[in-house]
Amino acid sequence: MLVLISLFTAIDYHVKKANMDGGILEPSLYSIKALAILDNDGNRLFAKYYDETFPTAKEQKAFEKNLFNKTHRANAEIVMFEGMTCVYRSNVDLFFYVVGSSQENELILASVLNAFYDSISQILRKNVEKRALLDNMDAIFLAADEICDGGILLEADPNAVVQKVAIRNEDIPLGEQTVAQLTKKLEVLQSAKEQIKWSLLK
Amino acid sequence: MKYSKSLLSTWEIHHRPRIAILQRAGGGNPFNNLEKSTVLQEARTFNDTPINPRKCGQILTKLLYVINQGEAIGSLEATEAFFAMTKLFQSKDPILRRLVYLGIKEMSKIAQDVIIVTSSLMKDMTGKEEQFRGPAIRALCSITDTSMLQSIERHMKQAIVDKVPAVSSAALVSSLHLSKNSQEVVKRWVNEAQEAVNSDNIMVQYHALGLLYHIRRSDKLAVTKLVSKFSKHTLKSPYAYCLLIRIATKLIEEENAGSGTPMFDFIESCLRHKSEMVIYEAAQAIVQLKNTTAKDLAPAVSVLQLFCSSPKPTLRFAAVRTLNKVAMKHPAAVTACNLDLENLITDVNRSIATLAITTLLKTGNESSVDRLMKQISSFMSEISDEFKIVVVQAIRALCAKFPRKHNVLMTFLASMLRDEGGFEYKKEIVDCIIATIEENPEAKEAGLAHLCEFIEDCEHTVLATKILHLLGREGPRTPTPSKYIRFIYNRVILENAAVRAAAVSAIAKFGAHCEELLNSCVVLLERCQMDTDDEVRDRSTFYVNVLKQQQKALSSAYILNGLQVSVVGLERALHQYTLEPSEAPFDMKSVPLATQPLVEQKVREAPGGLGETPSKVSADKAAATRQDLYQEQLAAIPELANLGNLFKSSAPVEITESETEYYVQCIKHMFRNYIVFQFDCTNTLDDQVLERVTVDMEAGEGFEVVKQVACASLPYNKPGSTYTLMRLPEEPTSVTGTFPCTLKFVVRDCDPTTGEPDDEGYEDEYVLEDVEVTVADHVQKVLKANFAASWEEVGPENELEDTYALATVNTLEDAIKNITQYLGLQPCERSDKVPEGKSSHTLYLSGIFRGGHDALVRAKLALDSSGVTMQLTVRSTDPSVSEILATAIA
Repeated sequence: MLVLISLFTAIDYHVKKANMDGGILEPSLYSIKALAILDNDGNRLFAKYYDETFPTAKEQKAFEKNLFNKTHRANAEIVMFEGMTCVYRSNVDLFFYVVGSSQENELILASVLNAFYDSISQILRKNVEKRALLDNMDAIFLAADEICDGGILLEADPNAVVQKVAIRNEDIPLGEQTVAQLTKKLEVLQSAKEQIKWSLLK
Repeated sequence: MKYSKSLLSTWEIHHRPRIAILQRAGGGNPFNNLEKSTVLQEARTFNDTPINPRKCGQILTKLLYVINQGEAIGSLEATEAFFAMTKLFQSKDPILRRLVYLGIKEMSKIAQDVIIVTSSLMKDMTGKEEQFRGPAIRALCSITDTSMLQSIERHMKQAIVDKVPAVSSAALVSSLHLSKNSQEVVKRWVNEAQEAVNSDNIMVQYHALGLLYHIRRSDKLAVTKLVSKFSKHTLKSPYAYCLLIRIATKLIEEENAGSGTPMFDFIESCLRHKSEMVIYEAAQAIVQLKNTTAKDLAPAVSVLQLFCSSPKPTLRFAAVRTLNKVAMKHPAAVTACNLDLENLITDVNRSIATLAITTLLKTGNESSVDRLMKQISSFMSEISDEFKIVVVQAIRALCAKFPRKHNVLMTFLASMLRDEGGFEYKKEIVDCIIATIEENPEAKEAGLAHLCEFIEDCEHTVLATKILHLLGREGPRTPTPSKYIRFIYNRVILENAAVRAAAVSAIAKFGAHCEELLNSCVVLLERCQMDTDDEVRDRSTFYVNVLKQQQKALSSAYILNGLQVSVVGLERALHQYTLEPSEAPFDMKSVPLATQPLVEQKVREAPGGLGETPSKVSADKAAATRQDLYQEQLAAIPELANLGNLFKSSAPVEITESETEYYVQCIKHMFRNYIVFQFDCTNTLDDQVLERVTVDMEAGEGFEVVKQVACASLPYNKPGSTYTLMRLPEEPTSVTGTFPCTLKFVVRDCDPTTGEPDDEGYEDEYVLEDVEVTVADHVQKVLKANFAASWEEVGPENELEDTYALATVNTLEDAIKNITQYLGLQPCERSDKVPEGKSSHTLYLSGIFRGGHDALVRAKLALDSSGVTMQLTVRSTDPSVSEILATAIA
């Protein structure tokens, strides 16, 4: 079959793609096809595609919707989808995805997801939910940029990513802080209180 | 761990209501309803002095968000925003500056004159602010092209060996991006990359190794050295290890080496690495290698077996996916893991469960089929259609592997057919049953019965028509054809027009094939002449009239074996005919034939794991249009435009070794009186450009070279085609020949790096292997669904018969393979399969000879101690065709 396919490579691009998917992996640093964060309705909050698998925004969004529909109920961590491997993780109302080739080492993709989720979790001070994410969108953009550059894994250590993003909310004078940021601080205080309460109860 | 989880849930309980309220109040998404134009308008604030970093940061974030949502920004808008953004370099605010870098990268491909920020970025790249340097390099490289690369080369080299990891990584990764367009410049940074591999930082090490390999990848010796060096000197980065394993795998594949080489030993040693990522990469690599024995596989498989019971879903998934792959080639090697795989059938992750099931189906033996089917049926209702399809594909492979188990499998398929499911899923099951019926005559009756039952309640028109077509083909030849008529006629009463029409055609086939049913069928068809749909009426009227003639030849040509032409070709030919009105009637023989053999291929292919379906579909599509494409390509060459319809194109044949200086493939295009040899040439020497490339062929035996179409220029590694046109001999029975070929061309030496050729060239030639024209090249395979009817249709007029002793073959299978290959005809009625243990067999072959003459061959084969004896009978509509085919074997 492979021999037959190779005859037609010049004719049909799709065949060529399929053929390449079947062979051994070309040694390359390009291992990530896409990073994405969706909300609990499957809408894009952040998405970055690094190759030509989905050339138009329309195809990308259709892919995200399908992926979301397939993953939002079963929290299964990894799924084979449309011939690609997707690793994902969700919290409250956010879904984090890392997409790679179906031939890619799943554990590498999982380490990317880990860096992606954990660094954002640190930036949002463990408050991984949509509102906090949107309040810190600038930092999210910067973090994603430090994790993956054009499809190459740039940094896999979440601490290093956070350090590179280096957003310090404390620097902002109180007057310029938004109400949301203030409520978030209250929440942090609240959860700290809870934590103490729990540790005492234990 | 447990403790923090419970904490999280209490947190959720406390805060959920508040989140909900906030969202309802419209505070859910501050970026909601952002208008692109408003944001671009706001971006003008960037020009204000002094700069308010916080406000500008927010606006820039909004802009990035809008772009991220997929809004298209025009070049003009982007340029304006880009220039406004450059003003922000005046602010020293770290976040704002970093957002500007992101903005630059996003707009580098849309806005114009982006190089304006080069000096600002270079300042940041070499400046004191460490935090800026890495991102600045990456932004700079996104706006740099080959012409400007020279000016920053010095800085890039320094950055690669910089002691700050972020800077070094940024430079290495950017170099790799740049090398897409500026391969030559980046090649000069090899020493720096080499130095960077020795970095202590794991990411730098990974990136440096990637760049180093990329630079050296075409130099096999250097790559070999690279692997042997770094496999000894221990790398720190698991990512770098994974990459090195992939490089080593590729080397082993290219050299076709097996175990026992240092490369293999290295990969094997990685199975004992401390990082799971590396262990898995090594196992996956070993599994993928071609030349591996069961012994080589064993350690990899046992590692994967361990992973199967890991608590991490990703690891279980990876392991079972890889085991699934092993099972395709070495099912025995995976048998040891069967117990672990059976545990995974109930995995909460359905991807893992399905992969486990399909692996088990591949490794299972005949005795375990029953148990497996029971296990699968227990969970079929829980999984999605997509996975059900995978299971069906695995069952299909199983049907082919264990034909004796068709009872269990058929029953299972039938029960799946009764369950709920979407179209794709149902279609896969129907395809699977049809394939099984065709492969296994014993399963035919049961399979047809299941399908009959299915169309009684089938909502998918496509499937119903497909099944009716199958019933029309297979039903008449079963022992009791009459029992199918009821099912088919029910469709005429109950279904929509498309299904009714298909049912009418099916009934007609019963009438044409079974004489005792003829009268009843005519009665049924006459009733259909009152149908409300004109297609149904037309068909029934047509069939009733043909059937009433009671002539075998007519029935065969118009009912049992329909048209065998390419639909695209027919459309084109008819269109052409209407454009040029002529007195002559339309000639059916001028229409190109449907390319049967390539579609046939699909059925044979054993379905594999997940994700292979798209490739199959597209391969099929390519096959159907291949001939049409060739026709178009040839028609576009003025010298070859007036040859008429392309009759057949052969598969490409290599006439050089694939590793030589010039690589040439030959495709033979057959026309009614001419043959076009298409030579696809590739020049593999990077220091030469070939010009005026032709292939000289020594004709003879009545063949005559008429024209040559030269390939004007053949630069390094860009394939080009040259054509030689040959007239076929006048004598109709001389059709074969062997032609020595020589490649002739003008060489111009050139600089390998720039591709700039010398002014002077010299003539040269290169001897190719001979090109052979065989009988098979003149024959197009055409499947006759009902061979006996066609046999009668053609009649004994031009019949030739001869007996041969085939001394060189020892089995009936080999004889069938040789005859089919030699004559280039299509085996009909599955007669290419010999039932086990038989010593005699009859092979039916059919096709169309160049010029549109039907060609039918019946070969009676008998096996005895001295070899195979064959009685060959040929029938054709043309006497010389019979002669050619009858003498071809001798």
